[in-house]
Amino acid sequence: MTAAADLASSYELVVIGGGPAGLAAAALAARVGVSTVLFDENPGVGGQIYRAITSTPVKDRTILGEDYWDGTRLADEAKASGALIVNGATVWSLDRQRIVGVSIAGRARMIEASRVIIATGSQERPFPIPGWTLPGVMTAGAAQTALKAQGLVAAGRTVLAGGGPLLWLLAAQTLRAGGKIDAILDTTPRRNWLQAMFHAPDFALSPYFAKGLALLREVRARVPVHRVDSIEAVGTDRVREVVFSKGGVSQRLPVDLLLLHQGVVPNVNLANAAGVAHIWNDRQLCFVPVLDADFGSSVPGIAVAGDGAGIAGGTAAAERGRLAAIAAVRALKPDAVVPDTQAIRQSLQREEMGRAFLDWLNRPAPSFRQPEGDTIACRCEEVTAKQVRDTARMGCEGPNQMKAFLRCGMGPCQGRLCGLTVTELIAAERETTPDEVGYYRLRPPVKPITLAELASLPISEAERKAVER
Amino acid sequence: MARTADVVIIGGGIHGCSTALHLALRGLKPILIEKDYAGRHASGVNAGGVRQLARDIHEIPLSISSMDIWERIEELVGDDCGFDAHGTVLVAESEAELAGFRERVADLRLRGFVHEELIDAAELRRLVPAVSEHCPGGVVSRRDGAADPFRTTQAFRRRAVEKGAEVIEGVTVTGLVRAGANWRVETSAGDFEAPRVVNAAGAWADRIAAMLGEPVPLTVVAPMLMVTSRLPAFIQPVVILRGRKLSFKQLGNGTVVIGGGHLSTPYRDSNETVLDWEKLAISARTVWELFPAMHEATIVRAWAGIEAYMPDGIPVVGKSSTSEGVFHQFGFSTHGFQLGPGTGAMMAELVATGSTNTPIDGLGIERFQAKRK
Repeated sequence: MTAAADLASSYELVVIGGGPAGLAAAALAARVGVSTVLFDENPGVGGQIYRAITSTPVKDRTILGEDYWDGTRLADEAKASGALIVNGATVWSLDRQRIVGVSIAGRARMIEASRVIIATGSQERPFPIPGWTLPGVMTAGAAQTALKAQGLVAAGRTVLAGGGPLLWLLAAQTLRAGGKIDAILDTTPRRNWLQAMFHAPDFALSPYFAKGLALLREVRARVPVHRVDSIEAVGTDRVREVVFSKGGVSQRLPVDLLLLHQGVVPNVNLANAAGVAHIWNDRQLCFVPVLDADFGSSVPGIAVAGDGAGIAGGTAAAERGRLAAIAAVRALKPDAVVPDTQAIRQSLQREEMGRAFLDWLNRPAPSFRQPEGDTIACRCEEVTAKQVRDTARMGCEGPNQMKAFLRCGMGPCQGRLCGLTVTELIAAERETTPDEVGYYRLRPPVKPITLAELASLPISEAERKAVER
Repeated sequence: MARTADVVIIGGGIHGCSTALHLALRGLKPILIEKDYAGRHASGVNAGGVRQLARDIHEIPLSISSMDIWERIEELVGDDCGFDAHGTVLVAESEAELAGFRERVADLRLRGFVHEELIDAAELRRLVPAVSEHCPGGVVSRRDGAADPFRTTQAFRRRAVEKGAEVIEGVTVTGLVRAGANWRVETSAGDFEAPRVVNAAGAWADRIAAMLGEPVPLTVVAPMLMVTSRLPAFIQPVVILRGRKLSFKQLGNGTVVIGGGHLSTPYRDSNETVLDWEKLAISARTVWELFPAMHEATIVRAWAGIEAYMPDGIPVVGKSSTSEGVFHQFGFSTHGFQLGPGTGAMMAELVATGSTNTPIDGLGIERFQAKRK
C-alpha cells in the first residue's frame, strides 16, 4: 500500500484514473523509463468498464462477458510496466501549473507533474424525471458496480428505464447472473432512427454491430420491453410504483428498484477546474474538451484521454491513452523508442466508426433532459426545474450566475448531477444554444476533502520559518 | 457617432454599481461599462463580510457612512442582500495581542469612534461559544455582519438600471481621451462621451489610470476562500484574527466560509486564478486549532476573486490628479465590499457637486505621485 508520505514530490507523468485509458497510458510511458504515477480512487484498477477486474467475485466469465475480461491484460501490463499505481487515491485538484492535489487514506499531498493525462472517463448523464430522488431509484451504473465489485444483483421487483448500449449490457449481465428484471422501459425516441440510418453502413462494419444485435436479442427474449415517452417514480418514503405513458396511455408497475440510465457523458470536472477549454458536442449532447490529435488540451502539458475526451468506449479509450502517452514521452524523453502511432490511429478509427450511429440512435429525448415543474434539477441543493426556468426567464444568462441565485451546482457533487440539465434548461428558456450558455466554472476541490485532510498537507519550509520567527 | 451620457463609469463591481445607482438617484444619466458581467470578480465572490472593525483610520468615515446604508439596504436597493448583523469579533490569541487591541480601541475613542469595543474572555465566550480555550478576549463591532456578495452587487445593478442608469456588459474599455469638454471612452463596442468619468475598474484600474498619465503601483491579487458542507449552527458573528490570517463565518444555510487573505496566483487577462493549497492548508490548521467543532467538516469548494491591492493597503478614492472630470474609486485592497454603498454615495456627491462632506483625506491618487518624485 502506497501512503501519501511515500510519494515523491514530483513525477514526470501523472495519470489520473485507472480505467482503460489510464492503464494503457501509464504502461506505455513507464515501460520506456518515464517516472509515472497513476492515481485511481477505487480499491482496484479497471475504471467502470473493467471495475474490480483484479478482484471480482464473479468468476463465471460468461456473466460479465468476454469484453470485460479484456481488462485483465491492461491491468497486468500496467502492473508490469514499472508505473507506480496507487489505488484509493482521490485527486481533488489540478491546476494549469500541473500541481496535483491528492488524498490517500485521509492524508493529502500536492504533487508536481511535468505532464498530466486526465483519464477520469465518463459519468452517467443526469436523468431528471419526477421522483428520481426517491430511495429505491438508482442509476444503472450503480447497479453494475454492485454486480462487478460484489457479485450482487437486486432482489425484488426491478425495472430498468432509459436507453443506450450500457442499459442493455447491464440487463444482460443481470440476467446471466441470475437476477430478474420485470420490465425495460425504453425511452429512445423512435424518430432517432431517421438520423441514425445515415450512419448505418459504418455501424454495420464496426465491432459493435454483431455484439449489439446479440445483446438486444438475448434481453428481449426474457424481459418485456415497453417503448415509453414519459416516466415517473411514485412513492412517499420510497419508490413504490413506476408510472409511464405510451402513446398517451398511462400505465403503472409496482417496483422495488428502478434503475435509470440514458447514456454516459464525459466527466469534465477535473479538466474544467484545471482551466481546459470545452465545447458543446451536439451529437453527444454534452461538453467535451477541445483537444489536438494527440489528445493534448488547451492547457500546456495536460492531456485528456479515454471517454473523458468524448464517448467512444473502452477499446478506443485504451488507444487514446496510448496516443496521449506517446506525446508525453516524446516531450519528456525525445530519444525513447515508442510504438508507431499510425497503427494505433487506425485501430482507434475502427473503434470510432460505429459511434455516429450509436450516438444518433440513442440521443435522449428533450423531455428526459429538460425537466419541467417541480422535478428536481439539482439534488444537492434541491432546486427544481421550474426555479431554474423562471430564473433564466428573469434574465439569468448562465449557470455561474444561476449558482448565485439558486445555489444549484454548489453542493458536494459540484454540479456533476445537474450541470448538463441546468445548461440545457437555460438554453431552452433563453432560446439559445448550450454552447452559448456554457457550463459551470468548477472550483477545486473537485471531490470534497475534509478539513483534517487539508490540514494534513505537509508544512512548507516557508510556513515553518514564519512560525519560528 | 459616440453615445453620450452625464457620467461614464468603468467597472461593474459593487463600487461601480453603487456609484451608478447614487448618480441616478441624483437625476444624472450614467452609463456603466463592464468587461464581463456585474459582480463577476471580487465583488461577487468575496467573503461577504460587512465590517467596520479593524479598519485603517482613513477609511473609517466611509465605513461608518456605509454601515448606515447597510442597515437600510432593502429600502435602497429593494433586496435585503442577505445582510444580517451578528457582529464581527476580532479574537485575541494571547494576552500580548489583547494589550495591543486595548491600545487601538482607546486610540479610536480619543478620535471619537466608538464602534470598536474591547471584550474580556467571558464576553468572548458568550458571543463565540465555540472558540478555543486559549483565547483571552478580543474586540467586537456589534453592528457589523455579513451579506451575500453577488446578490448585493446584482441588487445595486438592478436598482441603478431601474432608476435610469444604463449598464453595458461584455464590453472592454480600450482608450480614454479628451474630446473638447468631454471625455471619450473608447471601447470594444464603440465610443462613449461624457464630461465625467469614474474609474471603478478594480484589478484593471491601473490601466485606466495609465491612460490618464497617472500610473499607480497596483498589485493584482486574488485572496482565497473556501466553504464547507452544511454544519449544525454553532457560531453567529464573523470571526477574524490579527496575528494569523483568518476570517471565519457560518452562513444561514449552515455552510462555513473560511478566508483571511492567503493569496492565489491571479491571471487578470484570462480571468483565471490558480489556488495555492499549501496556504489553504495553513487556514485549515488555524481553523482546526481555533474551533474544535470544525474537525469533521468537509471542504466542498475553494475559489478566489481578482482585485487590486495598493502598497499601503487602502483604496484610491477621489479626483484624478491629472485629468479634470475623472474620478478614481479602486484599490480597495481586499476589504472593499462593506465600503461599496457609502463610497458610491460619496462619489456621486463628489461627481455631481465637485465636493463631498465625507472625509476622504489620505485616499487620493496623488499620494503615489508624490512618492515617485
